[in-house]
Amino acid sequence: MAQEFRLGRGGQIDREQPVSFSFDGKSYQGFDGDTLASALLANGVHLMARSFKYHRPRGVSTVGSEEPNAIVELRTGPRKEPNTRVTTVELFDGLVAASQNRWPSLGFDVMAINNLFSPLLSAGFYYKTFKWPASFWTNVYEHVIRRAAGLGSATTEPDPDFYEQCHAHCDVLVVGAGPAGLSAAHAAAQSDARVILVDEQPRGGGSLNNEKLEIAGRPGSEWAEGILANLEAMDNVRVFTRTTAFGYYDHNTVAAIERVADHLPVPPRGTPRQRMWVFYPQRVVLASGATERPLVFGNNDLPGIMLASAARAYVNRFAVRPGKRAVIATNNNDAYRSAIDLHDAGLRVVALLDSRAEPDAPLAEEIERRSIPLFTGKTIGAATGRKHVASVQVVSTTGESGAQSLNCDLIATSGGWNPNLHLHSQSGAKPKYDESIFSFVPGESRQAEVSVGAAGGSFSLKACLDGGTAAGTEAAILCGFEGKKVRAAKAGDDGSYAIEALWIAPTPNGKSYKQFVDMQNDVKASDVELANQEGYDSVELLKRYTTQGMATDQGKTSNVNALAILAGQRGDPIPEVGITTFRPPYVPVAMGVFAGHTVGADFMPVRRTAIHDWNENEAAVFIEAGLWLRARYFPRSPKDTMYDCYVRETEATRKNVALVDVSTLGKIDIQGPDAPEFLNRLYINNWLKLPVGKARYGVMLREDGMVYDDGTTSRLGENHFFMTTTTANAASVLAQMEQYHQTEWPELDVVFCSVTEHWTGIAIAGPNSRELLEQVIDIDISNEAFPFMAVGECRMNDIPGRLFRISFSGELAYELNVPADYGEQAWLELLEAGKEMNVAVYGTEALGTMRIEKGHVAGSELDGRTTAMDLGLEAMANRAKHFIGKHMSERPALLGEGRLQVVGLKSLEPGRNLRIGAHLVDPEVELDTVSQSQGHVSATTYSPSLQCGIALGLLRDGASRHGEQLEAVFPLDKQKIKVEVCHPVFIDPEGKLVRA
Amino acid sequence: MLRIECPWCGLRNEDEFSYGSDATVTRPADDASQDDWYDYVYTRANPAGPHTEFWHHVGGCRAWLKVERDTLTHEIFSVEPASPNLPAPGKGT
Repeated sequence: MAQEFRLGRGGQIDREQPVSFSFDGKSYQGFDGDTLASALLANGVHLMARSFKYHRPRGVSTVGSEEPNAIVELRTGPRKEPNTRVTTVELFDGLVAASQNRWPSLGFDVMAINNLFSPLLSAGFYYKTFKWPASFWTNVYEHVIRRAAGLGSATTEPDPDFYEQCHAHCDVLVVGAGPAGLSAAHAAAQSDARVILVDEQPRGGGSLNNEKLEIAGRPGSEWAEGILANLEAMDNVRVFTRTTAFGYYDHNTVAAIERVADHLPVPPRGTPRQRMWVFYPQRVVLASGATERPLVFGNNDLPGIMLASAARAYVNRFAVRPGKRAVIATNNNDAYRSAIDLHDAGLRVVALLDSRAEPDAPLAEEIERRSIPLFTGKTIGAATGRKHVASVQVVSTTGESGAQSLNCDLIATSGGWNPNLHLHSQSGAKPKYDESIFSFVPGESRQAEVSVGAAGGSFSLKACLDGGTAAGTEAAILCGFEGKKVRAAKAGDDGSYAIEALWIAPTPNGKSYKQFVDMQNDVKASDVELANQEGYDSVELLKRYTTQGMATDQGKTSNVNALAILAGQRGDPIPEVGITTFRPPYVPVAMGVFAGHTVGADFMPVRRTAIHDWNENEAAVFIEAGLWLRARYFPRSPKDTMYDCYVRETEATRKNVALVDVSTLGKIDIQGPDAPEFLNRLYINNWLKLPVGKARYGVMLREDGMVYDDGTTSRLGENHFFMTTTTANAASVLAQMEQYHQTEWPELDVVFCSVTEHWTGIAIAGPNSRELLEQVIDIDISNEAFPFMAVGECRMNDIPGRLFRISFSGELAYELNVPADYGEQAWLELLEAGKEMNVAVYGTEALGTMRIEKGHVAGSELDGRTTAMDLGLEAMANRAKHFIGKHMSERPALLGEGRLQVVGLKSLEPGRNLRIGAHLVDPEVELDTVSQSQGHVSATTYSPSLQCGIALGLLRDGASRHGEQLEAVFPLDKQKIKVEVCHPVFIDPEGKLVRA
Repeated sequence: MLRIECPWCGLRNEDEFSYGSDATVTRPADDASQDDWYDYVYTRANPAGPHTEFWHHVGGCRAWLKVERDTLTHEIFSVEPASPNLPAPGKGT
């Protein structure tokens, strides 16, 4: 029987557009304009979910994004989305949804047995129950708990959709397009302010879509449509629907999520699934409405129990009967509207229970006119029913004992209304308690925001229209516009909102029932009581101990009830108990939208050198170095391992000549009369006497005396230097130079900028490097004319360049810099020139092998904890001058014994190489605590030159321990290798080769 | 999201800037005592309230800025160039 519970007429649905969908494998029909919630209700489906902990049957209880109960897995395959609130899902043709956290089926769930064991699962149960033994936590308890309790499961497939991030500026941002928000946006726009209006619903109007209210003599939703059409036609207004403002951040920025294609089966080509907006308004008007809170009574979580406002919204907006026989319970005037609307739509209202002794006279008259039985001083003590509510036990709120039973299949309750303060609180403001509405209202603004209408605690339609209009004009004036007087729309008197407190219902005949406060996390009133008894008596502790308010709904319907019950337990007034701080996001936001476009290949930019394409053609294997891609090694056949390659490339360099791309080094051009003095302060070395045409290896410290960076800097002219930094620190060294120059030493006449990308760097290394270069370079590079550390301008064939006689490999070597546009050409011409000599190329692996053989320290030794002395670089320091880090590097503890100092290490076990991170331990000692470690291996390789495994390490007092034998221990793999400590320079310690 | 008014570039997002250091400490003279240097490197006041910091407009004009910021509310009271020698806004060369 199709849509048995659909009313014959009315509602904002298109009956000409039937929509097919399925839930738990069964097919149903709804109409365009339905949500998944309203369509399921129209088909009489109330059981939609099982609860988190006790696996209790649950149905829909609200009509909006505050829904705690009815959460499902939406879609299948890679688009499957768990924990989706049925109340926010717009129905589309072919929609597939499934219930979650149940087995084998929603109707019969084995884990519902938890319900019987609930005394064991009370507040803090896992702190108390699953304590010992400790190893059981990860091996047993966690698995059991995770299986038993939980929500839906996410897809494990990659997301096929894409997400965007956008920014927009405006004068006035209005959040919420209900009567207050529309009025505010309209008024601000009339004053010419640039306005952005956002609303999370697919259509504007807010509560006007759910209520039978009239504005300016016509239905409220029609009035809203008219205003929206006006706004959308204005150039200075942007309206975003399906857009939830979820976070209010510093400096008056507001983030929102626009669900661009969530209401469609699949996003159209080129359309993002969702879009994150960051708004930069001058003023914000929060018209975010209010959320009704449920009454707390026994079994108040059964399917068929919902908020009073939700029950009438399903009737009015979706033309759906959420039941046939309704009991309505309230502590305020507002739910009278539900009784009236439900009755007028043809439902039988069995009883209207008002916990107050004295109802509002005109409303009572309306009820009487409809012959709805009104009971005052009564409320629901408990509901009964298995998978659906079947009856209620009516109890007295005035102390009379006894309970009366009424049969029903729908309970609609109202415990009052809470203004939606989330964004206000996120902006840094502190909400305050308002006795007149028994809820929290906005406090003093901390940013440029104001709350209006229900969000501001004014619930009447007239107050929304008047307040919104005034706030809109005021916001425009505060933005500097001349406020144009705008008349607020006229609404009839919709009565007062009179409320008396009722935080928890008396239980019928003193029996104990489960009275749920937080439905999504299965937190009961008794858990709140228990937490208080056990000393968790502040809201912050209560929240963490019971998990109240920590589910995906963040306790939108439960927080105020929970803290009021806590206040009752403590015997304190509610304001003294206070409220927890609201945190973004207001609604769950998919991680994908935070990532935006920065996923996959766009995760971060890739920097490629001018020689990259050539490397790629040569099938180089690349390695990431920061954002750079560097050639790591060059396989010559598919069988080649990395080891094969770096050994071959190293041998080619050491025995002949090879090229390596070193373009990624940081390069900084420094000019000005004070350039030498500037360098003198940055580096530990002396730069004043460096001759023009010479390079020098320099070391920089941090202010705390630890080594920061190293590299060669060359003097190209009297006032012109060229600095190189490590690839890793290129950006931070420049930033630090800028800081010192601008904040500490502005008197220095020097300018500098990064030229990293301007130059391609090619090292030509090996005993035959000079022979190769001489064929193409126009300057005399004989050892006499161009000795070690010489620098000069040159031309290579027709390419202008700079030549540096520096060596990282320890061989006779040159580094050629050419403008990056000529980089590939220079590389090709060098290869061509070296063809007959069998010139080779090498990657960063061979580069690393050779630097270890040569004992050059690099990033793994410059680990932020080593001083120049530890690294054997102290001889370069000129302590007669000032330099960054000088004083702190002279601290006694850094100069004394016990420092980790750089050493060389040789494997004494043929065929076994050392591992990075291995601990250096006395062979007599079985390593079982870190204190027995005397140091560690920092960089390792097989050395083709020495034909054994070698390494650099940092060893306690290592400089004086050459010749000792130790063990390199890798406890994770129970590995031990005997090593000999030696000087860190394994080859050519006198430096004859580089000077040849 | 903080927004910082760069004297040269105007009001810009936090993404363009990087925090540098505490601008209330004074770098000691070259010949100052070890204790003075120790304080400069390690001792910080960590105030709850207004505080002066160096920020770098690293994704913009690369000027270092002296920013007075409330560490509790993130309110920014003033932004000025750290260097006295940079060309004044609008008169740059």
